Amino acid sequence: MKRYSGFSLLKNALSYHENWQKVWRSPKPKKEYDVIVVGGGGHGLATAYYLAKVHGITNVAVVEKGYLGGGNTARNTTIIRSNYLWDEAAQLYELSLKLWEGLSKELNYNVMFSQRGVLNLGHNLQDMRDIERRVNANRLNGIDGEVVTPERVKEIAPLINISRDSRYPILGASWQPRGGTARHDAVAWGYARGADALGVDMIQQTEVTGIRRKDGAVIGVETTNGFIGARKVACVTAGSSGVVAAMAGLRLPVESRPLQALVSEPVKPCLDTVVMSNAVHGYISQSDKGDLVIGAGVDSYNGYGQRGSFNVIEHTVQAICELFPAFSRVQMNRQWGGIVDTCPDACPIISKTSVDGLYFNCGWGTGGFKATPGSGFVFADTVANDRPHPLAEAFNIGRFNSGALIDEHGAAGVAH
Amino acid sequence: MKQLNRLPNAGRTNPDQNINFTFNGKAYQGVMGDTLASALLANGVDVVGRSFKYSRPRGIVGHGAEEPNGIIQLGSGAATVPNLKVTQVELYEGLEASSVNGWPTINFDLMGIMGWFGRLMPPGFYYKTFMYPQKLWMTYEHFIRKAAGLGKTPVEADPDVYDKLNQHCDVLVVGAGPAGLVAAREAAEAGARVIIADEQSEFGGSLLASTQILNGVSASQWVADMVEQLKRYNNVQQLPRSTVFGYYDHNFLTILEKRTDHLGLSAGKGQRVRQRLHRVRAKQVVLATGAFERPLVFAHNDIPGVMQASSVSTYVNRYGVAPGSKLILATTNDNAYQTAIDWHTAGRDVVAVVDSRQSPNGELVEQVRALGIQIAVGHGVIEAKGGKRVRAAMVAPLNESGSAITGEVKRLPCDLIATSGGWSAAIHLSSHTGAKPVWDESIVSFRPGDSKQQECSVGACNGTFGLRDGLIEGATAGAKAAQLAGFGLGAVQFSPVELVELTQEPQQALFLVPHSRPPSRAPSQFVDLQLDVSAGGIELAVREGFESVEHVKRYTALGFGTDQGKLGNINGMAILANALNQSISETGTTIFRPSYTPTTFGAIAGRDVGELFDPERYTSAHRWHVEQGAKFEDVGQWKRPWYFPKVNETLDQAVNRECLAVRNSVGILDASTLGKIDIQGPDAAEFITRMYTNSYLKLAAGKCRYGVMLKEDGMIFDDGVCACLSENHYLMFTTTGGAAGVLAWLELWQQTEWPELQVYFTSVTDHWATATVTGPNARKVVAKVCQDIDLTPDQFGFMDWRDGTVAGVAARVFRISFTGELSFEINVPANYGRYVWEALIEAGKEFDITPYGTETMHVLRAEKGFIIVGQDTDGSMTPADMNMDWIVGKNKAFSFIGQRSLSRSDTLRDNRKQLVGLKTIDPNIVLPEGAQIVSDPKQPIPMSMQGHVTSSYYSANMGHSIALAVVKGGLNRLGDTVYCPAADGATVPAQIVSSVFYDPKGERQNV
Amino acid sequence: MLQIYCPHCQELRSEEEFSCGGEAHIARPLAPETLTDEEWGDYLFFRKNPRGIHHEMWYHVTGCRRYFNATRNTVTYEILETYKVGTQPSIVGEGV
Repeated sequence: MKRYSGFSLLKNALSYHENWQKVWRSPKPKKEYDVIVVGGGGHGLATAYYLAKVHGITNVAVVEKGYLGGGNTARNTTIIRSNYLWDEAAQLYELSLKLWEGLSKELNYNVMFSQRGVLNLGHNLQDMRDIERRVNANRLNGIDGEVVTPERVKEIAPLINISRDSRYPILGASWQPRGGTARHDAVAWGYARGADALGVDMIQQTEVTGIRRKDGAVIGVETTNGFIGARKVACVTAGSSGVVAAMAGLRLPVESRPLQALVSEPVKPCLDTVVMSNAVHGYISQSDKGDLVIGAGVDSYNGYGQRGSFNVIEHTVQAICELFPAFSRVQMNRQWGGIVDTCPDACPIISKTSVDGLYFNCGWGTGGFKATPGSGFVFADTVANDRPHPLAEAFNIGRFNSGALIDEHGAAGVAH
Repeated sequence: MKQLNRLPNAGRTNPDQNINFTFNGKAYQGVMGDTLASALLANGVDVVGRSFKYSRPRGIVGHGAEEPNGIIQLGSGAATVPNLKVTQVELYEGLEASSVNGWPTINFDLMGIMGWFGRLMPPGFYYKTFMYPQKLWMTYEHFIRKAAGLGKTPVEADPDVYDKLNQHCDVLVVGAGPAGLVAAREAAEAGARVIIADEQSEFGGSLLASTQILNGVSASQWVADMVEQLKRYNNVQQLPRSTVFGYYDHNFLTILEKRTDHLGLSAGKGQRVRQRLHRVRAKQVVLATGAFERPLVFAHNDIPGVMQASSVSTYVNRYGVAPGSKLILATTNDNAYQTAIDWHTAGRDVVAVVDSRQSPNGELVEQVRALGIQIAVGHGVIEAKGGKRVRAAMVAPLNESGSAITGEVKRLPCDLIATSGGWSAAIHLSSHTGAKPVWDESIVSFRPGDSKQQECSVGACNGTFGLRDGLIEGATAGAKAAQLAGFGLGAVQFSPVELVELTQEPQQALFLVPHSRPPSRAPSQFVDLQLDVSAGGIELAVREGFESVEHVKRYTALGFGTDQGKLGNINGMAILANALNQSISETGTTIFRPSYTPTTFGAIAGRDVGELFDPERYTSAHRWHVEQGAKFEDVGQWKRPWYFPKVNETLDQAVNRECLAVRNSVGILDASTLGKIDIQGPDAAEFITRMYTNSYLKLAAGKCRYGVMLKEDGMIFDDGVCACLSENHYLMFTTTGGAAGVLAWLELWQQTEWPELQVYFTSVTDHWATATVTGPNARKVVAKVCQDIDLTPDQFGFMDWRDGTVAGVAARVFRISFTGELSFEINVPANYGRYVWEALIEAGKEFDITPYGTETMHVLRAEKGFIIVGQDTDGSMTPADMNMDWIVGKNKAFSFIGQRSLSRSDTLRDNRKQLVGLKTIDPNIVLPEGAQIVSDPKQPIPMSMQGHVTSSYYSANMGHSIALAVVKGGLNRLGDTVYCPAADGATVPAQIVSSVFYDPKGERQNV
Repeated sequence: MLQIYCPHCQELRSEEEFSCGGEAHIARPLAPETLTDEEWGDYLFFRKNPRGIHHEMWYHVTGCRRYFNATRNTVTYEILETYKVGTQPSIVGEGV
């Protein structure tokens, strides 16, 4: 892999950029792989990368039905934070955040991880109790965070409305300075480039249509381009997890729902942090291009249509105008939807299954993007060693039968 | 002031009515009917902005929604609007506009220096650099952010108001060009309710700038006649200045109507609605949204003075403005020759028509020839020359396919290059529905894909570019849509429009005009002007392995601007297809998403902001509380009194006083917000027993019982008292926040699981006002206003309820207690709420009755160890966790909701978090609610957290602080010392104690 | 935005009046105490989540406040039928 740098940019400029190396090869699939990763989104690509990088398993293919990073990786609002309530979730997201902090260097690809901080607003006394609880838990878990006053919120985000006369005034917030945003596409491309350089095959435009098993163990996948053998199959197919699971005769505690987002037209810098509100449901940040990037809620019905209902957009825009009255005159440029796989406890499943050699990583709901590096890291470890990574243990699928749920609904703020 | 480029023939503008405006601080004059774009062009303003990435000077290119360059900031102060397109801003007196980029000015731009480094900034350059050290990225980013963005958001609240209108119609016609107008007329004639919406200030679409004769009259006259005709139908609603910006499932469309913007900023003065969102459910939709002319891509095609051919014609014919003097027309088709004719007719010089086709001979071409205009056939404009304005075009002969230069390059001086690469159907709205656009080589355009909704596309947006065909298609579709909506027989009622249309020869598909150097080395050949995406950039993306159209779009940012690639997308895709050696169909399609054009957030929010963001609910005694100076707490939508401070009292002082008053004499609480559900039916007791953990089968009339409700996963979800009013008649109390959820929960189970149970639910929360009189003197107070209930303890005991009269008002009085004191909860019809409340206050005067709020309520119940669902529980707590095993009926015949989950392996686990009390070693320290609890304060981070503080107060009655907490295995750890590490580094030790601090035997409530 | 025919009100109304109650036809086990944790967990949490034909409950929450079922395509969002609780759908598809 030819390394990227300011110097390489200069050098290539002199030759009119005609000599750049391809970011990844487009190989024909081999007959068999040690591991096939189904799904070429951020999580799948990270899994493949860490399989090769950390575990030395390089005979790996990523099989993607569309194009790399074209699912939720391309559709999310790019928020990164680790201030989750429960130990299990907090530790996983914190691992992820630590990986983010070194990711551009690790991948030699600028993923534009920007630690501009995350505010989670509280609008009533119970919100503030929950915030206090979560921040205290974070602190004792070694995760940065503090509870801040409305005045401090205003300092961090000057256009926000902290008037006590608001319908739901801001009473305070949690503040995680290490949180922020990253460039979503770059994450997928960076991992793909890195994995490719280590020998991983990127098989795009190839849809897995079946999971072939023999004697209760996986032997490969059927695809639209024929059968590909594999000793292990790792499924990371957000938005289609249930469909892929059904191929192996499994059911999941997952429902797929539309999640919508929107962006404004680009405006000059006016919001230098990420602001999230649960009670006044909306979350917002500003991209480097200048767009206000706004996340809406999940629709109430199951859907695979990558679009949702307009009333969800309306509610979100109301919330944004309530929090930032000055944004009322800014214009929405584009809106879209993704499909999120939601689990009953708003936590993912990173698990072995009842089929030998078949692994699932799914159910990230609305919170998957921020977890990309950590998710790939622990999942690769789980697949490589055929046992859960210590940080993945709590996220086994069996918790839905034992009752050991990790309920991030309640006190974790908006679970994005 | 002279408008250099204003023609004597003023088009549709009114030259007698001058309008003053400023652009970048300089004063100009336009005329009535101008857009800001036409006025700027009339004044010879070439540069209207600087480009996003390379800061190159840019001029106006188009005349409508497609405009990529003319992005401005309108006005200043609270009413300023960022990012409007000059082509869509109607001129008004006093308009102030400025460019969004360019520093210090657009004509002398220091950022232009960036242009010199352009070669260092190919697509994706930022992914390849600024990585080391990663910490510095934030610094680089700071400057990138400053350079990015277009206009500025206001910094004050929006002074305008917006609203919404929900509409239903039989036929919605989108676009009031020729096809849309006739479609609307046919549908109206059939009797359908029709809405016809168009984004422009007047109906007519392309005809407003056309020299065509229809039915023997000018296009303008024909449009005026049509509008008049439509007015005569009272089943037609005409919406000009109204953009249909989104097409959603089940034929739901959104229209943004701009009502005052053309009159000036905040012209509605906060009274008249600035913009209105129409939320339309249409039975049938006719899309007649027209087409966008496709620009030709050649080197330095971004220099001001390179424009769309149709836009040049529009400025000449509609606005009476000639944006230049010496025109070169570059085309691939017959259609654009009209621009040469229009320019010539305007008395200006047509230097040449440069046609890429080898032997064009269509009727329009011949007309141009006949005017003596030079036509360079088989030629292309390969490069524009100039700085802030085009000075010349470099013209070269092309091979037949238009892919290579075959001869000498000539320089032709000119100041305007009009280009046309054919037309792209405006398939945006059909694309919103999920219909996948289909590439049609014969028209060199995408067509709408198969309909996913009750809609059809007609005219140019359907790829039917001829006027006559479009009119026929429109009329047919209008009649058909009406029929499908239930009106008429589907036959066209009006005779066809008579017109003479010239025959046209086939166009050439040409998406990139070749240069003598390849795209990587040629001067930039811009595809997406707003985002500075060039043909070389697209080819580079391919070279780097980005082969999917989505990858290329994302890598280069093609189509991500505020024009959403209306001009650039098709050329970009075609250049990509060519680089991949594929056809356009193989390369993929182009998907558009709402918004068709950018849509004001305020309009999407409508009235639902400020105090109307969410309804406020008040109790009937609310005004009294306000008059007493109560502070309020938001509980769900309710405003509940939080505490009643006397003059200069703090929260703590007020609460201490209120708490002592209740325990020592008597207090009064407005408990009206508690949810109340009236439950009736022969199976009511059975049903309620299935929902609560305990049994109600033997609850007698006149008795109450406290119950806890679980979700099926065994976790506590709500609690409250349920009273038996009479046989088969119960009243269930819920928490304030849980009321709606509990009702839905009951209905769910009854309707979907046990329909055989005869039981009916009615929410009566708002029907009753509740005043809780509590404290040792409560009975004496109640006795003064209630004579018909025997209040003696043996006649009216704890957990009884009675019908009676309080202050002359029929009342239900409950002896239930959340304070642990003698309590009477007095329920009266809500309309009497304040009257009875004041009567109780009056009656309580001699006992110094003290109104108290939710904070005191919380303290008093915490002293008793009573839980608040949602504060002491969080959705992961069972009754056993709350030390409330006693409320779980072990021998109930029916497995109540949640019961099975209580015996899952994890719910049976030892060491679950359990509710206990905490007493700080220092009695004056009040632990923060939400503090985490550890056993070993010296353990390094990460610490093993044992639980957390759920409720914590200073108890004036106890004389020390109290707290409730959930602690792992807490019930077996009574007496242990635990620690709460605080944010400031201090650690507060506390002892685990019983969760009941006050009157552990419960004697005080039972008197 | 969906438009839903309420079989009780017998009217086509906008989605905003309704809330979706999830997969339909999941009967509560008659004797929960006899189930294993495995079986009980399946009942509680595991769902079909098909891509295609889906039978789901809807609640006419700001209308008649009654539940009913709908057969809806989860890809096109087309509602093929609505029917009362206790009756069976006339359209069944093998959605995956």
